[in-house]
Amino acid sequence: MNSKKLLDDSPDWTFEKLELYHQAIKEVAAQYRLDTYPNQIEVITSEQMMDAYSSVGMPIGYAHWSYGKKFIQTQQSYQRGEMGLAYEIVINSNPCIAYLMEENTMTMQALVIAHACYGHNSFFKNNYLFTTWTDADSIIDYLLFAKNFISDCEEKYGIDEVEDLLDSCHALMNLGVDRYKRPSKISMHEEHQRQKVREDYLQSQVNDLWRTIPKKDSDNQLIKNRFPSEPQENILYFIEKNAPLLQSWQREIIRIVRKISQYFYPQKQTQVMNEGWATFWHYTILNTLYDQGQVSDKFMLEFLHQHTNVVYQPPYNSDYYSGINPYALGFAMFCDIRRICEDPTDEDKHWFPDIAGSNWVDTLHFACKNFKDESFISQFLSPHLMREMKLFSITDNSQLNHIDITAIHNEQGYQKVREALSKQYNLANIEPNIQVYDVQVDGDRSLTIRYYPQQQVPLAKSAEQVLKHLHRLWGFEVKLEQKKDDGSIDLLKCCPAKKPEATL
Amino acid sequence: MANFIDRRLNGKNKSSVNRQRFIRRYKKQIQQSVSDAATSREVTDVTSGESISIPTKDLGEPFFHQGQGGIKERVLPGNDQYQAGDQIARPKGGQGQGGGSGEASDSGEGADDFQFNISKDEYLDLLFEDLELPNLQKNKINDILEQKRVRSGFSTVGLPNNINIVRSLRKSLARRIAMTGSERREIRALEQRISHLVALSPSPTVEIEQLETDIEQLKKRLQRVPFIDDFDLMFNNYANEFVPSSRAVMFCIMDVSGSMDQATKDIAKRFYILLYLFLSRRYKTIEVIYIRHHTQAKEVDEHEFFYSQETGGTIVSSALKLMHEIQQNRYPKDQWNVYAAQASDGDNWADDTPLCRQILSQKILPIARHFSYIEITNRSHQSLWQQYQLLADTYPQFAIKHITQISDIYPVFRELFQKQLV
Repeated sequence: MNSKKLLDDSPDWTFEKLELYHQAIKEVAAQYRLDTYPNQIEVITSEQMMDAYSSVGMPIGYAHWSYGKKFIQTQQSYQRGEMGLAYEIVINSNPCIAYLMEENTMTMQALVIAHACYGHNSFFKNNYLFTTWTDADSIIDYLLFAKNFISDCEEKYGIDEVEDLLDSCHALMNLGVDRYKRPSKISMHEEHQRQKVREDYLQSQVNDLWRTIPKKDSDNQLIKNRFPSEPQENILYFIEKNAPLLQSWQREIIRIVRKISQYFYPQKQTQVMNEGWATFWHYTILNTLYDQGQVSDKFMLEFLHQHTNVVYQPPYNSDYYSGINPYALGFAMFCDIRRICEDPTDEDKHWFPDIAGSNWVDTLHFACKNFKDESFISQFLSPHLMREMKLFSITDNSQLNHIDITAIHNEQGYQKVREALSKQYNLANIEPNIQVYDVQVDGDRSLTIRYYPQQQVPLAKSAEQVLKHLHRLWGFEVKLEQKKDDGSIDLLKCCPAKKPEATL
Repeated sequence: MANFIDRRLNGKNKSSVNRQRFIRRYKKQIQQSVSDAATSREVTDVTSGESISIPTKDLGEPFFHQGQGGIKERVLPGNDQYQAGDQIARPKGGQGQGGGSGEASDSGEGADDFQFNISKDEYLDLLFEDLELPNLQKNKINDILEQKRVRSGFSTVGLPNNINIVRSLRKSLARRIAMTGSERREIRALEQRISHLVALSPSPTVEIEQLETDIEQLKKRLQRVPFIDDFDLMFNNYANEFVPSSRAVMFCIMDVSGSMDQATKDIAKRFYILLYLFLSRRYKTIEVIYIRHHTQAKEVDEHEFFYSQETGGTIVSSALKLMHEIQQNRYPKDQWNVYAAQASDGDNWADDTPLCRQILSQKILPIARHFSYIEITNRSHQSLWQQYQLLADTYPQFAIKHITQISDIYPVFRELFQKQLV
């Protein structure tokens, strides 16, 4: 297929060259039916990259000290040479914004364009988690609104006041997402916004009533059920709607933090898939360009050098080991799916009757659309790959003095290893399950949240600090309980602290 | 479809507001770090930033996460020796096997402090935060005047070594253009005529020759105009002017007898830094002389000044004498602005006090631009203060102030220098 002209492979990039490479990459991407948002590619300096880093990938962020801390950390370790900067940052928005660093060579820029602008971008546009839970069209507008709103609040109510509130919200950020219920779209802008204002107004009226209503009236509620009638998993939402003492601007800020948390929630659940998908496509696209004679050997050597660094997986006993490299696992899995489609062995046919021998591009798109890390691994991790990566699972029971090897990469172990790896990416297993359990509507208005441990894993010590933040938001006493294995309930902590009372 | 945007020229300090927020939030810790740093750097070092460290544990952002313990399952890559059912000893350091859940940073209490650098301005702001570092005003202090030769335009007479070549040649050029205008105009006209005649056929040879000799003559006249003439010459002109001297000497005098503890010295040091800053806005060259004394005075370097311990009694006049001596020998009063700051806890040998007053009023105050005395003590004033009080009433450039804690320094400093605004 040596039909295309060789692209200039000198190391320095120019905007004209970027355009040429982009055009070539775009054509190849179209061959593979990669469906993307329009691309907006921005060239930035390393300082600007550090800025982008510290605002956790939000192109527009409100001011907060924790971003300053991250910035200082990044700057320090960059200046000391302890870390390099990422070559790119890509934002799930429409148009999809990708940052390229000016220090990159032309090869790197091409890699980044293929990786971010076609890999990540198409993942954002097609994966079900992103399409259901985030709204790429309006996120930039929303972030801008959030930034302005918060800076207005700072002017009106003072920086300290806003900062305290944000600190508390950040502490509970992970518990500010809806996991099972789709949030209403952020767009539908105007209408929604107006309705929101009304709602908040009503809410504050309700709270006023709540505060001043005579005691006997709440006796009626006593006869009724607990409040909330069912445990609530989205603690920030619960506070936004129900905390008695908050003012409407405070509720709005809680809402902002909640929305941003929700926006990032899919990214947490698709790290392996997202990075694997993008890595697979930069690899495939650039190789296709090479096959078509558009890029030179020199280009490919530099590219492969970088690519190999990215997908390196150190073994468990290496000094460099720090968990499973999502790039490595994801890339290997997508390559493996392609292999199963194109060249299945008997084993593959046995394990993957549906996809063995099917069209690989179709299968990959199907995988990209309908899975998250957890389900992706349990669906597609093949015995072949487990052998190749020499995966094995261990059980670490703190009651015992030793660690058990529960399964390895052999016939008896495949199912077990796959299941264990899949669980490892299930957020429900990684993040503690804490829910709003009860509010003493008729009494001291104390709020009770309950921790449901998984596999007897206790809550880390930081819980005490977080509880203080929760107390600040709620305004009245806050209790943290733990449900034990035998079904009994332990009162873990109270804020403000007091002597532990008898359990329920 | 793609849209390339060059953002490199956009501001790079998008995070600076966040950085300020960070500094604002951790002001207390940073200030602690700054005041530690202030005691360990030189008084005259006001141009560099400072490295700050904050204990990592103060910086945490808590969130709910799983702790140690319980039953955890994990998948690891690169099996090289294990079979299912093997039991292995738990590696030391708890979570040694790592795990993809990103908890490692929370379980390992990072012992290292969080370190970063602040700029010079941030450093000064923080150092004088409780002192509200002022916009030091340029006061109308009667500085010493120095004679200085300054350029003052050009003149047509002067010494050959002051010739201004550019100006002279410009004039010469102008003169030549002016003097040769009519000749050149004539030459042009004649040349035009010749070219006109040449175009005719047959060309009138005689007439052309005539015209050519005319041109020849005109050109000779042009050559006779001199390239440069006496009245082309321009000279740089100089005049004498009086300018305030840009040199100052600052005497730091401190009592180092046993009764002065390190805290007191640190307060004094802040005062010296402030004075130095103030002077550095006004003068190009500042020399700082450190004189410490107990019963005897000695000129020392900065380190010894602040950190060496001495015991013994106190005779203040010894330091004043030494200061006067140094000033007489090295800093003549017509070239140097003399400033002095004396810090003490107020102790002095009783018989010596009248002598101090005498030296000050006769020798030092007449030549000093400013002399400030700060007494850092919680006790009641002693004879030195009372004697100085009398001096302060008569000499406007002499100021005394009482300081009990660090936060007193700036208000005192401001008062001291407001006095001069007469």
